[in-house]
Amino acid sequence: MTVPWRLRLNPILCTGHALCAELLPEVIVLDEWGYPILSPVPDELLSLARRAVADCPTLALAIEPAP
Amino acid sequence: MNGLLWYSTRATGEVALLFLTGVVVLGVLSAVRFGGRRVPRFVIAGMHRNLTLAGLGFLAVHAGTAILDSYAPIDLADAVVPFASAYRPIWLGLGTVAFDTLLILTVTSLLRTRIGVRRWRVLHWSAYACWVTAFVHALGTGSDVRVPVFLLLAGVCGAVVLAVVAWRIAAPGPRRRGLRAGAALTALIVLVFVIGWSADGPLRPGWAKRAGTPARTPDSAGR
Repeated sequence: MTVPWRLRLNPILCTGHALCAELLPEVIVLDEWGYPILSPVPDELLSLARRAVADCPTLALAIEPAP
Repeated sequence: MNGLLWYSTRATGEVALLFLTGVVVLGVLSAVRFGGRRVPRFVIAGMHRNLTLAGLGFLAVHAGTAILDSYAPIDLADAVVPFASAYRPIWLGLGTVAFDTLLILTVTSLLRTRIGVRRWRVLHWSAYACWVTAFVHALGTGSDVRVPVFLLLAGVCGAVVLAVVAWRIAAPGPRRRGLRAGAALTALIVLVFVIGWSADGPLRPGWAKRAGTPARTPDSAGR
């Protein structure tokens, strides 16, 4: 299965609200300090991933096509 | 028909005040990082957005019925251009200012990913001013201000917003003492001003006339 999308984190902007991990537990897990660890985004989760990007309180997430 | 329109204007205005209060509460909740396992943060963010959109719907009906109603001389331009109305120009105008601000805040929030967080955040500070403006509009234009149910609604909304503003100012985060002290001082001044003004204005008999209600509308008799 190809995974066409990936999330990118701006670690300077991220302050660990963890909203993204609540929305996308399949793709985002939190490290022990509460910052997200990202995996590739499958197509069926794209709309949720877009919402996570838009709803991030500090806009630290971006989504882009996987290379 | 006019009666229906006039009642709709008042009712939707009161519901919109309730909604905007909810929006302020939810906005502060996300700013102070309330939430976790039991109340997920994306739910708070989603409710903040959806309640704003629903509130805008009520405001559209609020302005639309006020314009259609021939009881008070309010026209279409008064919905977007403040302080030009024949009917209580200042107090109606504050509602227009709040509506315009809310529209700008909604559009900039929906385009947040394009605008950038910093610019968006500075703009979003005006949400507090927007609420206060809407609140003063409700007291200054509302024809039910001295009705106990409205007083209860306004009192509860005011107290709730005051409480969450205090929570926001005291919330942990970057220290910024000056900014916090300034915000607290501003809140205090606004509070004293609004209480003083309402006690001397809309809460005293004869406000309708002093507020600039044209003589030909029946409610200018001194309610």
